[in-house]
Amino acid sequence: MRATGGPEAAVGDVLLSVENVSLSFGGVKAVSDVSFDIRKGEIRAIIGPNGAGKTSMLNVINGFYHPQHGRITFKGETRARMRPHEAAYGGIARTFQNVALFRGMTALDNIMAGRTLKMHTSFFWQLFRYGPAMREEVDHRHRVEEIIDFLKIQEIRRVPVGRLPYGLQKRVELGRALAMEPELLLLDEPMAGMNLEEKEDMSRFVLDVNDHYGTTIALIEHDMGVVMDLSDRVVVLDHGIKIADGTPDEVKRNQAVIDAYLGVAH
Amino acid sequence: MGLLYQIFIDPFVQMGTAPDLFVQTLWEGLVGGMLYALIALGFVLIFKASGVFNFAQGIMVVFAALTLVGLYNVGVPAFLALGLSIAVMFVLAFTVERVVLRPLVNQPDIILFMATFGITYFLIGFGEFVFGGDPKVMITDQLYLPKGTITYKALGGVVSLQKLDIAAAIIASIMVAGLAVFFSKTRIGRALRAVADSHSAALSVGISLEQIWVIVWFAAGLVALVTGIFWGARSDVSFALDVIALKALPVLILGGFTSIPGAIVGGLIIGIGEKLGEFYWGPLIGGGTDAWFAYVIALVFLLFRPQGLFGERIIERV
Repeated sequence: MRATGGPEAAVGDVLLSVENVSLSFGGVKAVSDVSFDIRKGEIRAIIGPNGAGKTSMLNVINGFYHPQHGRITFKGETRARMRPHEAAYGGIARTFQNVALFRGMTALDNIMAGRTLKMHTSFFWQLFRYGPAMREEVDHRHRVEEIIDFLKIQEIRRVPVGRLPYGLQKRVELGRALAMEPELLLLDEPMAGMNLEEKEDMSRFVLDVNDHYGTTIALIEHDMGVVMDLSDRVVVLDHGIKIADGTPDEVKRNQAVIDAYLGVAH
Repeated sequence: MGLLYQIFIDPFVQMGTAPDLFVQTLWEGLVGGMLYALIALGFVLIFKASGVFNFAQGIMVVFAALTLVGLYNVGVPAFLALGLSIAVMFVLAFTVERVVLRPLVNQPDIILFMATFGITYFLIGFGEFVFGGDPKVMITDQLYLPKGTITYKALGGVVSLQKLDIAAAIIASIMVAGLAVFFSKTRIGRALRAVADSHSAALSVGISLEQIWVIVWFAAGLVALVTGIFWGARSDVSFALDVIALKALPVLILGGFTSIPGAIVGGLIIGIGEKLGEFYWGPLIGGGTDAWFAYVIALVFLLFRPQGLFGERIIERV
């Protein structure tokens, strides 16, 4: 449970709402009839056992998958189909369960790539890397350096990310998402495969992002301890169905959740 | 013994005793190699950004040159024809993305590769239909490309350089340097590399795959146009030209499929190797080596560096 009354108290209006979303692949139902909302400024966790449909849910939110039924409303706008780069344009950034970085590029270039949508000079200037294009590069570089400082990855700026250890790759990926200055940040298992120390660092960064930038965060996580510490509200999925929704304490006491995690005698 | 002497000693003795001929051969190899490099560059651009081996690159060279000459022949002024050809290459890039790549997105690479065969045969048929199948002469004079030769008395003999080749070398270098800066230092360049590395990650930061594909195919089309102009100036502009595209294969094997510098260096090595082989070792087996010598060079190279000169070594955890 998080301490209340901190700067994150600005939790307010609904930023994104998912209504009756169903998604299936052929005969396999990944998500069925799930509804929940994410409020501005909160940290919202999506948890559930393996195969519960958490990542599918995230992919629906950022437009990788198109649900067969249901609606998604983001910033008051409902869209039937949204493509990933449109989601990015609307202010949704994400990280991936199995780090998806641009492996051949340096950490700096990866984060700069996150600025793509914020940069507007035309193809023509870009071609000559002159005038407005040059000024723009410099401006955005400043912002990126701030993010690099924030995530404490100054010393690995110039290292191709393929060579970095896993924990740092995850951090660079977070940096790339932050560079988009998103309104909604989706984190798919940000601490998967990390040791305790790395998990603590990452938790700190997630909280700091929420406090410092006021970014709304939706995260998927397996580690229950982490989820309980970080999140304001939790939605629990099991076999594609929503079984609980509420504060960490409420969810922890919910019998359906306990059954899903520990199993029930049949 | 005599044979070994002919293979391993005699050619080098000849190089030493007639340095003018050696330099001349070297220069010709360099020029040929540069054109190979340009073709390979077209392949690399597309392969880097979309992972597609574009079989149609060779035909794009012919098609671009044919468009230029064809437009001029129906009375369009030369530089307007050049501009229109560039526009045609853009339309081609746009159409390929819309009609071929977009419906096949997420299909296995081999499907996309086969689709480029389709593009190849479409371009051959369409080109012949519009411009006719007869060989045409490149409009070098009208584009103010220099002609004639510069002759040096040097090294105890005469070395002559074609001015056209020198112009080709200069223009190609400018183009390659420009592309290199564009790729490494700009937003669109970064987006291109990002798409090459991971499609889903690129999408998540808001890069539009469609837009990037149009840009790379257009860039490859421009490279094809430049290649077509200079290659067409050396022979005729006809569909027979597309055989040279096959020479890009050994270049790519040498340079790696993903490296721009690799394409350049690989092209030069193949070009020079081919000419030297033809001139000094060719007579031993009755000539005719130029059709296959490039592949032998590539094969020998593969034995020692399977990832190519500059190719990224792929290490996978299993």
